[in-house]
Amino acid sequence: MSIDVSQIGTAGSRPVIVLRRIVKAYQMGNIEVTALRGVSLTIERGDFVAIMGASGSGKSTMMNILGCLDIPSKGQFFLDGIDVRTLDEAALSHIRNRKIGFVFQSFNLIPRTTARMNVELPLLYASMTARERRARAEAALEMVGLADRSGHFPNELSGGQQQRVALARAIVTDPALVLADEPTGNLDTTTSREMMLMFSELNRTGRTIILITHEDEIAAYAKRVVRLRDGLIIDDRRLSAVDAAPPVVAAHDETRVFSAGGMSA
Amino acid sequence: MSLRDTLRNSWQGINANLLRSALTVLGVLIGVSAVIILLAVGTGSSNAVASRISALGTNTITVLSTGRFGRGPSTAGATQSQTAHLTTRSVQAIEDPTQAPDVASVSPVVTASETATYSSASYSTSITGTTPNYLSAEDYTLAAGSPITQADVTNRKRVVLIGQTVLSNLFTSGENPLGQTIQLGSASFEIIGVLAEKGSSGITNQDSIVIAPYTAVQDELTGYSPFSELLVQAKSTASLNNAATEVEDILASEANTTVTALPFSVINEGTLLTTAQSTSSTFTTLLGAVAAISLLVGGIGVMNIMLVTVTERTREIGIRKAVGAPKSAILTQFLTEAVLLSLIGGGGGVIVGLIGSRFKIDGVTPVIAGYSIPLAFGIAIAVGIFFGLYPANRAASLRPIDALRYE
Repeated sequence: MSIDVSQIGTAGSRPVIVLRRIVKAYQMGNIEVTALRGVSLTIERGDFVAIMGASGSGKSTMMNILGCLDIPSKGQFFLDGIDVRTLDEAALSHIRNRKIGFVFQSFNLIPRTTARMNVELPLLYASMTARERRARAEAALEMVGLADRSGHFPNELSGGQQQRVALARAIVTDPALVLADEPTGNLDTTTSREMMLMFSELNRTGRTIILITHEDEIAAYAKRVVRLRDGLIIDDRRLSAVDAAPPVVAAHDETRVFSAGGMSA
Repeated sequence: MSLRDTLRNSWQGINANLLRSALTVLGVLIGVSAVIILLAVGTGSSNAVASRISALGTNTITVLSTGRFGRGPSTAGATQSQTAHLTTRSVQAIEDPTQAPDVASVSPVVTASETATYSSASYSTSITGTTPNYLSAEDYTLAAGSPITQADVTNRKRVVLIGQTVLSNLFTSGENPLGQTIQLGSASFEIIGVLAEKGSSGITNQDSIVIAPYTAVQDELTGYSPFSELLVQAKSTASLNNAATEVEDILASEANTTVTALPFSVINEGTLLTTAQSTSSTFTTLLGAVAAISLLVGGIGVMNIMLVTVTERTREIGIRKAVGAPKSAILTQFLTEAVLLSLIGGGGGVIVGLIGSRFKIDGVTPVIAGYSIPLAFGIAIAVGIFFGLYPANRAASLRPIDALRYE
């Protein structure tokens, strides 16, 4: 998959995400729970954002809203310039299919289905010929370094490999945004690092990544860290410029050492 | 999503739990094959009844003299039923070709029940006193000996023809019955002929019979009572209804009454055939209904398994929705799966039904009704759609966040 480098320079022209005073309330039995209490956030194209917070801080709700899996109760949400609140269910499916790539904590691959077919899944719902699907799925698997595992079933792959298949699935549609919900939550330290390097590499080639985590080491790979508490943003810190290389990749280039110290680069 | 992808997806779903899918398919298969086989049995037995009745001779009319069967003398009153009898005069009037042009012959019948004895053997049988025409009208043929003649009737000769059942019960050691004398009650009759086997017609054994000239039976057994029955043969099956009307008119004018007030039952064999056919078609419908119930049960099996599948694959549905599957794609996928199950069951059921219908079932040769195959197959698919719709809709309506969180 080739990336048009010229687009990276113009990234600031239209934000991928614009949230304006987003409120999300749930009905839990008889009591109403407000998970988000007016969150405003703008994310530029090419950014690598970590959203942090303890459980109950509203970060999962935020993730669902960003992923168009859930609709805010109040406020405005523009995804790649589209006002999501005006869309019906079919249009939301379409948006999820074309604009967003998901990576989940528990991989969420379909069992008894080969890696390649799992990667092809989003393309099934985008009108595309079988040959084109296959070519794109193989290219995506190549990018995550699993070209030789395309015929394997999920239960024949290690956790790290499964998550890489999931990542290939997330990027196969060339989405505007890759959303990762605790992608390293089920992985050991080494594979977590590999995974984060892969996200960094994707970001370096121009992809916008939003990653939800509660671990500082993971957040350190991002260019910007947003902290949520009780449904509000309490901290929004930029670690490196939107159009700069992601911290770890930059550090990697200079020192060839992966560590949290890369943050300072 | 193309049809091919949908089919492949659904096939994977079916394949994921092959045993369970096979059992579900079996339910539909049994239902479809039951519909085909039972309808074939129904059609086969209906054909058998029709051919048996037409073998009885469909060009006869039976006039019963009393109100014992069917229409009685109630409307006409007691006096009329006493004056209206089936007599030799009635026979002569019906035999008159100017009054009844559609009648070929008339056989008066008197009946008695007696114990027939020969040497030490005895057998209780019914005795029919009649005229020579009776044999052809009732389709009796002789296996041996000679028939009763008009001369025997006129001369009141004590001669009899015996049926096969009577023969086997009286002549146990296999001696030649012709020329032998049997006792009917206290009277002696000479056997001049043996009837060929005719088999049973529904409830009566047509071979348990003794036929004699009616004059002799009246002399010896019944006394000079009126005839109990007239057996009228029409010239053809087509003229059966005309002949019946003529007979009724003649009998009514003789008794000085109207046709509706006649104390006789005029039984047309044609109506008997129609009745028998409508009975067997009711029977076929009943069999079909029973089979349809088993098809319905098969359909519920499909629904049951689809509900289990949807629950089991909730997470998969969530993943599919998260990566952009619209509601319609999920609905189509699960509906296709249900229809595929019933389609395989339906196809297998047709094959099993066709094979099963080749065997004789309880003496009935099944005849496959042409409509039953598309009907059963069509219902199977309809069942798949109907019972698949609810589970598929349930899958399609799942909210992706709930489905993804499902453990």
